[in-house]
Amino acid sequence: MITFAFYLFAVLITGLFLVTVMSKNVLYAMTSLAAGMVLISGLFFILGADFLGVVQLIVYVGAVMAVYAFAMMFFDLSRDVKERHDNPWLIFLLGGGIALTLVVMFAAPIMGEAVHALYPPEEGATNPQAVGLVLFTKYLLPFEVASVMLLVAMIAGIILAGKKMEISLSAMDEDILPDTKENA
Amino acid sequence: MEVTYLGVIIKAILILAIISAIAGFGTYIERKVLAFMQRRLGPMHVGLYGLLQIAADGIKLFTKEDFIPQNANKFIFMLAPIITAATAFIALSAVPVFPDFTIFGVFVPSIAADVNIGILFVLGMMAAGLYGPLLAGMSQANKWGLLGAARTAAQFISYEVVTGLSLLAPIMMVGSLSLIDFNHYNETHPWMVFMQPLAFVLFLIAGFAETNRTPFDLLENEAEIIAGYATEYSGMRWGMFFIGEYANMITVAVLASIIFLGGYTDLWFIPGWLAIILKIAFMFFLMLWVRASWPHVRPDQFMWLAWKVLMPLAVINVVITGIVIMV
Repeated sequence: MITFAFYLFAVLITGLFLVTVMSKNVLYAMTSLAAGMVLISGLFFILGADFLGVVQLIVYVGAVMAVYAFAMMFFDLSRDVKERHDNPWLIFLLGGGIALTLVVMFAAPIMGEAVHALYPPEEGATNPQAVGLVLFTKYLLPFEVASVMLLVAMIAGIILAGKKMEISLSAMDEDILPDTKENA
Repeated sequence: MEVTYLGVIIKAILILAIISAIAGFGTYIERKVLAFMQRRLGPMHVGLYGLLQIAADGIKLFTKEDFIPQNANKFIFMLAPIITAATAFIALSAVPVFPDFTIFGVFVPSIAADVNIGILFVLGMMAAGLYGPLLAGMSQANKWGLLGAARTAAQFISYEVVTGLSLLAPIMMVGSLSLIDFNHYNETHPWMVFMQPLAFVLFLIAGFAETNRTPFDLLENEAEIIAGYATEYSGMRWGMFFIGEYANMITVAVLASIIFLGGYTDLWFIPGWLAIILKIAFMFFLMLWVRASWPHVRPDQFMWLAWKVLMPLAVINVVITGIVIMV
């Protein structure tokens, strides 16, 4: 049953991500990417990593993809995207090369049968507890560094976006908005 | 704790059937309650006290022309309502409604999928539900639809933060993400709403926003953007958005009942199964009550509320809860 579920998910995910790469329609690409993200969380559920599966759902499906969608609203979605390829072979070689390197990297320890959990989960700990234990002991420093990086990114985002934060455009009278008239 | 495939399938079908029926009946109740609040009669003509209005609406929805705009992306346009309805029902699969019971000698746990991270699963699935309105708005080649989609993304992302953070404080107190553990916690302690009143209010506000209920129904605010993401939809495709919305309302009502209002534990002389039905019904009524009482908010006020008021309050609540637990 688990093997069947794995191959089902694997085929579906690969197919959906292929659509993402191949399709020239923004909507198809976006929808298939989001659907693939949902199915990846299925893989986590099969492995018994419920917590990671749900994090995948909330973070990638709920937040990251929605932000992509926000960006996609600036395009005319009813028309296909014209892609510019100056050198298709270069793209093919670079893309294929990166994919191959990644596969070799991840497959190498499995081929050598050298994969063993350095920090096996505590007996009886539930899923979130096991993640938390490792996160706040062994990986505390990377975790904190990552949180500082996110804080920096957040502050930078607020500074970039919030130059006129005190001024509410909708609360203004129309005649004190000369800029909008000129632009229109 | 024997869980059979047959049992799971039966429960899934039961959830689908019962919630769809309640969603249909909910439209009738909503009209009647709104009419009562506004000193009107509401639907009266079809059947006794307008009870058959649901049937009339259903026939209308099913027989209406299924219209797809010319420049719309047909596949995505047809897919979007299904996403809304499906994610709403999937979220319900991880929610326990009744106490476990035995029927015909078979032990039945009252939950279709007992994942031990129940709350997060429900929140995640409701988060995935944003793709319904989002894709609907983006695929229909209509400016109002696109505006609705943009508001969908902004509203759902902002208020997911508030929902998650507001639930974090109760989760810390219970020490588990399983909704069944929450219910057990309420058996031995006073109701969570008395210990975390702020979290309850925050969760309610964010729940209204995530189910797209009236003070916050900016996605389809007819005064501003026609019908938002649903502008070009008609017939049963439009109906599916609303089945999804009502299913989400029920999910939020069940979550609030189990996490904050004591769940399905026996209350004085009221048995647990009746107690939770009453609680869910009250929460549902509360949503209609609020709809009748408050006007729409403006989108910028709405974002201001999320990021400058609710989120800081939720974070402060989490910090204070943490300090109290530690000391």
